Amino acid sequence: MKFSANSVWENKDQYDVAVIGAGHAGCEAALACARLGFRTIVFTVSVDSIALMPCNPNIGGTSKGHLVREVDALGGEMGKVIDRTFIQSKMLNKSKGPAVHSLRAQADKAFYSRTMRQVLESQENLEIKQAEVVNILTEDVDGRKKVTGVQTYSGAVFRCQAVVLCTGTYLKARCIYGDVSTNTGPNGLQAANYLTECLKDLGVKMNRFKTGTPARIDRNTVDFSKMEEQKGDERIVPFSFTTDPESIQKDQVSCWLTYTNERTHEIIRKNLDRSPLFSGMIEGTGPRYCPSIEDKVVKFADKSRHQVFIEPEGLETNEMYIGGMSSSLPEDVQYEMYRSVPGLEHVKIVRNAYAIEYDCIDARQLRPTLEFRNIDGLFSGGQFNGSSGYEEAAAQGLLAGINAARKLQGKEGVILDRSEAYIGVLVDDLVTKESHEPYRMMTSRAEYRLLLRQDNADQRLTAKGYEIGLIDQERYERLLKKEKLIETEMERLKKTYVGTTEEVQKLLEENGSTPLTSGSNLAELVRRPELSYEILSPLDHNRPEFPNDLREEVQEQVNINIKYEGYISRQKKQVEQFKKMESKKIPENIDYDQVKSLRIEAVQKLKEYQPVSVGQASRISGVSPADISVLLVYMEQLKSNR
Amino acid sequence: MYSESSTIAAISTSMSEAGIGIVRISGEDAFQIADRIYRGKNNKRLSDQKSHTIHYGYIEENGETIDEVLVMLMRGPRTFTGEDTVEIDCHGGVYVLRRVLEACIHAGARPAQPGEFTKRAFLNGKMDLSQAEAVIDVIQSQNDYALKSSVSQLRGSVKKKIDDIRNKILYHTAFIESALDDPEHISIEGYAQVLERDVEELKGRLDSLLASADDGRVMKEGIKTVIVGKPNAGKSSILNMLLGEERAIVTDIAGTTRDILQEHMNLQGISLNIVDTAGIRKTDDRVEKIGVDRALSQAKEADLIIYVVDSSMPLDDNDRKIFQFITGKKAIILLNKSDLERRTGEEQIRQMCAERGMKDTPVISVSAKEEEGMEEMEHAVKELFYHGDLSFNSEVYITNARHKHELERAYGSLEKVLESIRMDMPEDFYSIDLMDAYESLGNITGETVGEDLVNEIFSKFCMGK
Repeated sequence: MKFSANSVWENKDQYDVAVIGAGHAGCEAALACARLGFRTIVFTVSVDSIALMPCNPNIGGTSKGHLVREVDALGGEMGKVIDRTFIQSKMLNKSKGPAVHSLRAQADKAFYSRTMRQVLESQENLEIKQAEVVNILTEDVDGRKKVTGVQTYSGAVFRCQAVVLCTGTYLKARCIYGDVSTNTGPNGLQAANYLTECLKDLGVKMNRFKTGTPARIDRNTVDFSKMEEQKGDERIVPFSFTTDPESIQKDQVSCWLTYTNERTHEIIRKNLDRSPLFSGMIEGTGPRYCPSIEDKVVKFADKSRHQVFIEPEGLETNEMYIGGMSSSLPEDVQYEMYRSVPGLEHVKIVRNAYAIEYDCIDARQLRPTLEFRNIDGLFSGGQFNGSSGYEEAAAQGLLAGINAARKLQGKEGVILDRSEAYIGVLVDDLVTKESHEPYRMMTSRAEYRLLLRQDNADQRLTAKGYEIGLIDQERYERLLKKEKLIETEMERLKKTYVGTTEEVQKLLEENGSTPLTSGSNLAELVRRPELSYEILSPLDHNRPEFPNDLREEVQEQVNINIKYEGYISRQKKQVEQFKKMESKKIPENIDYDQVKSLRIEAVQKLKEYQPVSVGQASRISGVSPADISVLLVYMEQLKSNR
Repeated sequence: MYSESSTIAAISTSMSEAGIGIVRISGEDAFQIADRIYRGKNNKRLSDQKSHTIHYGYIEENGETIDEVLVMLMRGPRTFTGEDTVEIDCHGGVYVLRRVLEACIHAGARPAQPGEFTKRAFLNGKMDLSQAEAVIDVIQSQNDYALKSSVSQLRGSVKKKIDDIRNKILYHTAFIESALDDPEHISIEGYAQVLERDVEELKGRLDSLLASADDGRVMKEGIKTVIVGKPNAGKSSILNMLLGEERAIVTDIAGTTRDILQEHMNLQGISLNIVDTAGIRKTDDRVEKIGVDRALSQAKEADLIIYVVDSSMPLDDNDRKIFQFITGKKAIILLNKSDLERRTGEEQIRQMCAERGMKDTPVISVSAKEEEGMEEMEHAVKELFYHGDLSFNSEVYITNARHKHELERAYGSLEKVLESIRMDMPEDFYSIDLMDAYESLGNITGETVGEDLVNEIFSKFCMGK
């Protein structure tokens, strides 16, 4: 029993939404609901762990940087907070195409958490409560379950109309290394042990996933002279479209690169039998994209070394993160293994590496709005949905929060599709595909990635954020102005001709470009791989002056849009086709048993997933193109019958 | 999913040498596509002509005239599909129809999916609601057929070639993607040169597949001709005689061919897909029994049955069983071993045919050993075909056209990769076209992309963190 009958009491304060968990998903969800005017309470097992970063000390990275930009463009908080608290920043893949440029910042972890907590604390309509939620209270309305509140470990009942579950890795969490196992959440925090049972009682199907983290070491015991220094970019680019780039140019802290070696691998191989993963003590499924060092050594036995990044955890701590060497080997092996790495010979471990197992859900029970299909008013986001990563969590938290609020507003839920945002790809994958490991975003998962760039997230989503109510008038107008400037400038370049003058040929030659044989418009020249909008500026005598705060952004957009116009318009065409199928909505009450000629496998799959659109149905494995045709014909028949 | 065109084309008459044949185009670009391949008098453009009119002219591709045709123009919605529709009446003939269909595809149409015309007609409100179930049946049955023909008619060696190409494409893409995803662990400096070499090579392989698609080596298309008979009647020898090569193992031990052998041959312009089968007899040998069952099921699906009778042996129960089986089917009966002493004669067989209402069934004496009777047999096949008694489902050709279309698309995608490399485009652009090629080839072998790329990345490349 969690609480005695006489400790049950009803809190009479009025709430609209309860958010369970105050990690990266919970913070965004709570802020979104409160900002949309709903009285929101966010529960956390420890107020000190709000917006905690229990694993890597950075925000962003390939495709994750895109997510942060999108969260920001929709009116979320993550981008703004990391812009205030980063200690190093880097644009990855700068030599590659614009679609894969990805921003990544090293965070001062403690500062990040504190800053986010302050944002929450100063948010109107938002209340923070330290308590473990053990029950989701529901009532039956017309045969459907509907959320009515939550109950905490102490027995207190908080009535509300919507609940957003953002429990991260805390549900029945278990941390393991060697043969040591503790029933705690990340960083030794208290686990949430009761909610799982309640969810199961509500008919929710649970999964058990696993992930891991490397050790944290004492900076004073690291010999940096044996490592390569990894500096940040000279010119820092902010995450948030609202951050003035000038305001964040500052001194940065370095990361350090070193390598494992044969001796490291030998130590690991020798002790594999003591690893809980190999002994079967861990049953959860681990992620393939961040394998533990023992996984790497086993799976890629031919590699003689693996990279190791030593990253600071903040400015006011000596702890450093050992990127690339997460592990669940016993403590003594951890010491031996880390100390075999050049520069770490005398290293002192502050926190041991560990693997963590936790309960999460099979997200196929969710609608693309992140509401449970069978429980009205229950939403969920983040690692609880079977994803991994701070950014993935924030993105889902924001969407779940928005949709919880929309529900209370009586408005239709917001669904982002795969052609609009990485968030759309993320959510569609989670709710449509079976997954056996925590899901991580990757740019290769986005079929229209040339359109879903981090640099144009605002053009893709800010109007939506405005419509939702999380973007203010001023920011929206700035966007409109920016779009207008881009369009006008692109038109102008297409109509601005240069001849075969000496000035032109000289500039082309200087940049290794073939001289012109006849006149050309400037847009044509921008397209040449060796040239760019910027390089051509001396030839462009009538180039307009852009407002200071928009100049960099407008120029970047003009350059990219013209340079890759062919590819971009190709993907836009594909998107048109895609949208046609997405816009064909499947009626909620459809009875697939009535659809004659649908193959049995297809009927089973369609019943299980209940896709919202024909487009989503076509992505379910086991549903063939012919089944889709049959479905279309059947839907047409239904429509006409009405 | 096809994305580049919503205008579809298909051969919409059955494929026989008799009469005329029609290639139908439907969709918003139907008229424009027809204009690209049609040449009429005074350079008139079809898209300028009135609806529901007929025009005389020629279908041309690359300056070469394919056929003299009548083109029927119908603007939507007063058409079967409700869309703009063009029907091209050709002079029949498998080869011509195929060329005209291909010309349409090169001009921007895509091969229709199974049942797609009917589906469009329904979705565009051109059919009564009560017909919905019939429409669904058409879609599913044509799809079943297409699936069967797509997979079963694709030669095993071709499937393997395509799979090999796909695997290579996937590997390269996965490498590029892993480097893009984890640039600090995996570098692709200088990879463009490696990729260029490999893509050139893959393009060459696609080129030879495309060449073989033209002469029917990709698809086992043609009239499905099944050779049946008792064990040791000499079925395999007949096959070898027809093919002019030792394909089947021939011994004088009854029951040598225990499974099915398939070969494709062109008999004076008529395409035959010949299936040799195990001898049909009552047997207790389990392996042989499987062969016999297969032989019977092959014969059930056959367009033409060649029944080989050993004339040096008297007819027995097994023969009577086979006779029962071929009753009502198009068949040619060969009295083999005419070089040996005769125990069963032509008259006896004709008599049996007549009793079963098959008096027109040709009966020919042959000797596979001495290669006698071959000409008469060819003649008999031709007669059946030109009289229109023999035809076959055009879906096979459509499937072939689809396959070719996909091969061409894959080829085009690889060309774009090379172009991007030569233009010095960033590496992430290579993967876009590589994956397009991968998808196109998967459409041939019936495999979707799914999680292939992500799986390949994780299984082949060591990611960081």
